[in-house]
Amino acid sequence: MAYSDKVLDHYENPRNVGSLDKNDPHVGTGMVGAPACGDVMKLQIKVNDSGIIEDAKFKTYGCGSAIASSSLVTEWLKGKSLDEAAQIKNSAIAEELALPPVKIHCSVLAEDAIKAAVADLKSKQSDKEVA
Amino acid sequence: MSAAAAKASPFESAPLLRSRRLWIDSLMHKNHFELFGLPERFAIDLQALDQLYRKIQGEVHPDRFAAGSSAERLKSMQLATAANEAYQTLKNPTSRARHLLQLKGVETEEDSNTAMPADFLMLQMEWREAIEEAVAASDIDALDELLSETRKTTRQLQQQLHAQLDEADATLAAAETVRKLSFIDKVQADIGHAISKLQDA
Repeated sequence: MAYSDKVLDHYENPRNVGSLDKNDPHVGTGMVGAPACGDVMKLQIKVNDSGIIEDAKFKTYGCGSAIASSSLVTEWLKGKSLDEAAQIKNSAIAEELALPPVKIHCSVLAEDAIKAAVADLKSKQSDKEVA
Repeated sequence: MSAAAAKASPFESAPLLRSRRLWIDSLMHKNHFELFGLPERFAIDLQALDQLYRKIQGEVHPDRFAAGSSAERLKSMQLATAANEAYQTLKNPTSRARHLLQLKGVETEEDSNTAMPADFLMLQMEWREAIEEAVAASDIDALDELLSETRKTTRQLQQQLHAQLDEADATLAAAETVRKLSFIDKVQADIGHAISKLQDA
């Protein structure tokens, strides 16, 4: 399959690969998987005290489009609030990377990973408030 | 026409051809289990499935319909295709469970459902990392070991499916088990590719 230049760029030079401390109360971790293709994606975000995402890391096992989708969203996430982050849509990812229809599910995976990471962080923060 | 087909076969006499036609009609639009007359269960007698499949393929062989109309020949061909699809679906445990769930009105959502238990996804990550490391070290033994580990998980999940589908009616839990198996099928295929690549190198 012919990948777009942007997919190739992210695939060959992925941004923000790595891990953050998942036990850090400022870190939210989202893990999702795509059963049909066996892709696994871990996305982590770290917020500062004013609730702005200051760091994002990912680790993805999957095709070039899945890696590019997660690499791209780590760039987009930095500087956003949690609510802004949760509004990132897979269609925007697919459009930016010019994903073909058969690879749309890779962008869905990235959107779901963001939502899972935000939900993890929010549940950590509400636990803290209760405590 | 070949000599064998030209010889008056008992199947080609009009009444018998008619009964065969009715038999084929009765099997059209059946689900995969009904087609073979097997109970709609996850646990299956694979030997019986093999025999029933061969029996149907023999009954709908084109030679038997040499004297039939083109519509009859078409129907026999459709049944042969349906039997083949049903056989392939039921033989494989993952697709058998998927079909069973569809009959119960539950989709397995392997294309759209990305939420999996965290420990299962962690295990997937670990397996993927282990594959990468083994490939980098050209370690075929490590890949073989990983393959048997994944097969152990496959067997456990298949036992779960039996409990979820045959002993209980836990369809949503079974759908998740199918998604897990679908994951592992892919991992096993990838390990297989990695092994043959290293062997060829």
